[in-house]
Amino acid sequence: MNNRIINWFKFASPQSFYPLASRMIPWFWALAAIFGVAGLWISFFVAPTDAVQGEGYRIIFIHVPASWMSMFIYMVMAAWAGLGLVLNTRLSGMMAQALAPTGALMAFISLWTGAFWGKPMWGTWWVWDARLTSELILFFLYIGFIALQAAIDDPRRADKAGAILALVGVVNVPIIYFSVKWWNTLHQGASVSLMKSPSMAKTMLLGMLIMALCFWMYSIAVALMRVRAIILEREAHTEWIKELREVKS
Amino acid sequence: MNWNSAEQFFAMGGYALYVWGSFVVCAVIMVMEPILAKRRQKAILLALRRERIAEELDKQ
Repeated sequence: MNNRIINWFKFASPQSFYPLASRMIPWFWALAAIFGVAGLWISFFVAPTDAVQGEGYRIIFIHVPASWMSMFIYMVMAAWAGLGLVLNTRLSGMMAQALAPTGALMAFISLWTGAFWGKPMWGTWWVWDARLTSELILFFLYIGFIALQAAIDDPRRADKAGAILALVGVVNVPIIYFSVKWWNTLHQGASVSLMKSPSMAKTMLLGMLIMALCFWMYSIAVALMRVRAIILEREAHTEWIKELREVKS
Repeated sequence: MNWNSAEQFFAMGGYALYVWGSFVVCAVIMVMEPILAKRRQKAILLALRRERIAEELDKQ
């Protein structure tokens, strides 16, 4: 490397990132636990009963965080996959591979909790409206990404193929986001935006935001746990892994 | 405080199936996922250890 002050690629090798990930994981679990306890407390004991939906609205405290995470994780996964495609870095592909299952589960939680919320409030478990359909497509994209990578033997080629799929699928995320604005949907419109003040009670909004932080910290913790396993699997025949304390003991 | 008793809390104003059906499934997923990730880590470490031992035995 040259003599620049910041080495942007310091942790770009699996060997240097592995111990960093190991150190980071407990901190993210701690944050997830703190935000989770605080968020659940607000969700059940501080946020009041809704005038229209009674207690049923409390599903919002996991439905919205899961939905946000499903979209955010897809963007991050596609970004890492794209970076790996452009820079030909192994670790970026490993990170995308690690994020996919977590994102898929977040999309599943979003769909499941959405259905359980829709049944009492809308009278139906499912409608083919724009937001629900595009979120289902997001779930299928995650599954497709995982399946495609699993179907290709050579991990580097799997990375590249997965990256193409992930990047092509990125168009779905703004579709999900803007669906309630562009189309006439059953799913309600945006209550939270960057441009104007939120249209929900402050305690409800606070609970939702804290649970979103909880889900974010959780997602990072789990993805880091998974990427460590992926690093060990894919770098199995390197010298540094043979010298790892966990392998020698 | 929103609830006057534990029964009220679990009843969720009549929405118990939907609220608890959501929270419980979410909790199960968020417990199983790290457990599975840990299992994957343990499995690869076991395989690596076995391979290291096998290589050492081969050298002898």
